[in-house]
Amino acid sequence: MKKNIALRMISSLLAAAVLLSPAACSSGGSAVSSGSSSAQEEKTPQDGGNFVYGLQTQPRHLNPYLNTSADTRVILFNIFEGLVKPDKDGNLNPAVAESYTTSDDAASYTFKLRPGVKFQTGKAVTADDVVYSLSTAAGLKTGKLLVAGLKNIKSVEAKDASTVTIHLKEADYDFLPELTVAILPKGYTEQDTHPIGTGPYMFESYSPQQKLVLKKNPYYWQKGLPHFDKVTFKLESDSNALLTDLQGGSVDGASIANNVASQLGSEFQVIASNSNSVQLLALNNKTEPFNNADVRRAVCYAVNPDEIIQTVDFGKGVRCGSPVIPGLKKYCDTSLAKAYNHNTAKAKQLLAKAGYPNGFSMSITVPSNYTVHVETAQVIVNELKEVGIKATIHQVDFATWLSKAYHNREYQSTIVSVDGATLSPRSYLSRYVSDSDKNFTNYSSAAYDALYRKAETEKDETKRIALYKQAQKMLSDDAASVYIQDISNLNALKNGISGFTAYPLYVFDAASLYRTK
Amino acid sequence: MRDESEFQFRLGIVLLCAVVLAALVSLFYTPFDPYAMNTAQRFLPPGLVHWFGTDQFGRDNFSRAITGARYSLLAAGATVVLSGVAGIALGLFSGYFGGPVEAVVMRLTDALSSFPGILTALVAVSVLNEGRYTIIPALAVAFLPSYIRLARSGAQQCKNKEYVFAARACGASTKRILFRHILPNLMPTVVPSVVIGLSNAILAESGMSYLGLGIQPPIPSWGRMLAEGQAYLLKAPWEALGAGLMMLLTVLGLNALGSSIVMHFTDRGARRL
Repeated sequence: MKKNIALRMISSLLAAAVLLSPAACSSGGSAVSSGSSSAQEEKTPQDGGNFVYGLQTQPRHLNPYLNTSADTRVILFNIFEGLVKPDKDGNLNPAVAESYTTSDDAASYTFKLRPGVKFQTGKAVTADDVVYSLSTAAGLKTGKLLVAGLKNIKSVEAKDASTVTIHLKEADYDFLPELTVAILPKGYTEQDTHPIGTGPYMFESYSPQQKLVLKKNPYYWQKGLPHFDKVTFKLESDSNALLTDLQGGSVDGASIANNVASQLGSEFQVIASNSNSVQLLALNNKTEPFNNADVRRAVCYAVNPDEIIQTVDFGKGVRCGSPVIPGLKKYCDTSLAKAYNHNTAKAKQLLAKAGYPNGFSMSITVPSNYTVHVETAQVIVNELKEVGIKATIHQVDFATWLSKAYHNREYQSTIVSVDGATLSPRSYLSRYVSDSDKNFTNYSSAAYDALYRKAETEKDETKRIALYKQAQKMLSDDAASVYIQDISNLNALKNGISGFTAYPLYVFDAASLYRTK
Repeated sequence: MRDESEFQFRLGIVLLCAVVLAALVSLFYTPFDPYAMNTAQRFLPPGLVHWFGTDQFGRDNFSRAITGARYSLLAAGATVVLSGVAGIALGLFSGYFGGPVEAVVMRLTDALSSFPGILTALVAVSVLNEGRYTIIPALAVAFLPSYIRLARSGAQQCKNKEYVFAARACGASTKRILFRHILPNLMPTVVPSVVIGLSNAILAESGMSYLGLGIQPPIPSWGRMLAEGQAYLLKAPWEALGAGLMMLLTVLGLNALGSSIVMHFTDRGARRL
């Protein structure tokens, strides 16, 4: 009896862990269909057929404005599109809109809609639909802001049947990344049970805890896309169920963990891409001894990201020295990755300078559902021991971590992956502003605050990028935390399926996939 | 009957001694440093050098398993001592005195045992939080009800026996009656339940460590090793198997010992009649 209960407890906790497992949250975008990825271009796409993607999640909201789960966005990315959409390099390309102009003072953005874009019902998208969508998401009429990034919208106005102007409350030269928000048909109220958008696949059916089926959108504006007739998201309860389904052949592809990858046979290709979140050893800058920058620098020198990538991630991962993901190629300062090269002597020297010649004791709080972070913590404990720092691991469940460590900031150090809501460096850098409510490391620097504000309001893109890089350099110099890596996201695909496209966002693009013969 | 009891007793002692010895040896010597990582040596199968193979960090599973024995046994022992002493004392008092004391203690016990043990322990861990050894009081709370019930029913049976009346007539204090007259007569039920409790505590500690709420990594505990090994069960099953084997031996030993004690007492009781 006791054992049964224990087993049931374990399995339900595992299920919860699995639901939470992929990198936290990233904000929606719209379907992309930039064609096949370069490596597989020589193969000829075969249209038609079905594709089954295994996903360890249970969708909560199918309405793109209400959904907050990153895993549900993986599905919705294929149903919805915004005025602009991200591409695989992190650029924003016009989608529902054909072109846009920004007013000189950046207080308004004007979009010209692309002719011939239709909803999945066959109805053409008009300026009214866009006004309706953005006003609803920004809560202009109801006062209830649904999509946080649209807070700055003052009003949305239809200039004519195919032109829309968005007026902002405050000038913002970098508002475009927020406009990946889905465009919905005006007045349609069944989004939560039967979502309708402009994406390459349309909703067919949803059986909770079993599957969610999408079918080809015949009205999709990009010719030749998508390739499959039907895409099924099979909702898996845990990684063991997923592994069984992959091996049994009922699932054609899935995002998988390292340990699952190592157990797959040769009938699968495993594609590694960025997870688009930065794993860091967050140091609470307000607690002893991490209020001393030299101690933080010493920890940076003591931790060896290469060893972590090798040991925990089997060599798959991109070393990273700043909070901005390497996938945001334009903004990420990749030179910082090697700013603190593993150096035990230097770490000891810095500790002695800071007044801790014999090291100190510290605790590392880790959410226990993230195996990768727990394992990273074990490697870090060994590394810190070499410089005389005695670290102990303290595992907590994710809910406790979220409330105690993240919100209340009651921790000394913690390991977690942080990702961004949009394709803007702001989503990564804004959390280091002293008074940000997301500033869980308690980093506080007047110079950084000023620099960030300056970057945010800079008009010229080149200068803005330079300022954002300068901000990253400052975080690195101050050793705000120990930035480790962008953990690899592995996708298993059955042989004979090509066209996988990785994005600098947490999404899965079914439209670019096709079967080869 | 006697032969079987003796065999069980010997089996239990041998198995337990082996495990305890391994735990003691690990204090002074392990074949490898149980914390040293070496990715070049990861997932080595069991062999002459690494008896239980190596894990995903390249750590020696055998060294970890015997070091883990120390922590698992310590946690289980402390849990049983804590919950046994508190539970038996509470049970004796409430059974002997009856009335409101009993009502209060027993209703609290009912409340406690209306939750699954593991759940109670999980809640206790989150409430007590911090600290490396939270697992011990947490599990002790979960194990409390069984000892309270056991001691209470025993005390209820014994308190109307002639020898208790006699002791009271001689002017023995309540304390003396409880601990010198009643408690020794409960031994036939208490001792086996303590032994079985130990094996349950080992399993429970492993379950908690498996969930990440028990003994914290990188300190090896059997449950922790099971959890870490589970991810690579098809590729390198030896980590989970090594830890599982140690658990199996310990639990088997404790159960054999427990049942031999039960048989011994019933046997003695039968002969006396």
